[in-house]
Amino acid sequence: MAFQIELEQHRKALIVRLKGELDHHTADLLKARMEDAIEREGALNVVLSLRELSFMDSSGLGVILGRYRQIAAKGGRMVVCDVAPHLVRLFEMSGLFKIVTMAPSEQAALAGLEVAL
Amino acid sequence: MSASVFRNAMTLQFPSLSENESFARVAVAAFVSQLDPTLDELMDIKTVVSEAVTNAIIHGYEGRPDGIVTVRATIEGETVRIEVEDQGKGIEDIEQARQPLYTSKPELERSGMGFTIIENFMDETEIVSAPGKGTLIRMAKRIESRRKQALFN
Ligand SMILES: Nc1ncnc2c1ncn2[C@@H]1O[C@H](COP(=O)(O)OP(=O)(O)OP(=O)(O)O)[C@@H](O)[C@H]1O
Ligand SMILES: [Mg+2]
Repeated sequence: MAFQIELEQHRKALIVRLKGELDHHTADLLKARMEDAIEREGALNVVLSLRELSFMDSSGLGVILGRYRQIAAKGGRMVVCDVAPHLVRLFEMSGLFKIVTMAPSEQAALAGLEVAL
Repeated sequence: MSASVFRNAMTLQFPSLSENESFARVAVAAFVSQLDPTLDELMDIKTVVSEAVTNAIIHGYEGRPDGIVTVRATIEGETVRIEVEDQGKGIEDIEQARQPLYTSKPELERSGMGFTIIENFMDETEIVSAPGKGTLIRMAKRIESRRKQALFN
């Protein structure tokens, strides 16, 4: 399945909605799109919405960690939401939840960021 | 019940292009579907094939498009065995390569989790590699078929 990225600049965060399969082949596109939004458009916090992500491997972990470092350096935070059970296992294995918060939905993710700000 | 064990086998060979990562994992998953795996098991299989094939392309052939990646899968009873092989660079220190978070290519934003994921998702994993010769990853997993679960429940 093809890979699609939808970006929405919300008041408190850049919402990144992923659809399809995120692997080594598609990771570069995600990296470029997010880097652009973070560097040029100044996004600080990021909400990664994974409801329609059907596949992800370690290449996805790498891009997510890379973008986390980018926003963390500016004091930003990252929240992932709608994470499927098999992806939860992948995130747990890599220790990603030590730095990135998980939320059940986009709304909950945005609400969590409001409180923390 | 028949005493004979069901056997089947497949081999895929393709050039080291990142386009083939999804092709390889989907093909192996379709092959393994004969055992009626659960969705979780199928996702595990797809993930480990993706990890091993990506490693062959990124590390084995270092992004060169003219390498050959071979993927073999066999079914023997309830066990799936998968092999992913390249004739690329090879691994100098296999113990180090297996460590969680170890990567020789941090500049490419690799997380160093590929082998850890493979070892977690499969029942058996073996890495055979020699510098300059290439790398062979052998993996095995027993599939708890849904059909069988339903039969015995
Ligand atoms: N096929 C291969 N040929 C040569 N070296 C390899 C191969 N597979 C793995 N390696 C070496 O083993 C290391 C660890 O591999 P692993 O898949 O765990 O992490 P990674 O590929 O670096 O990062 P990630 O898989 O998280 O993107 C690699 O960095 C590389 O040095
Ligand atoms: Mg890897």
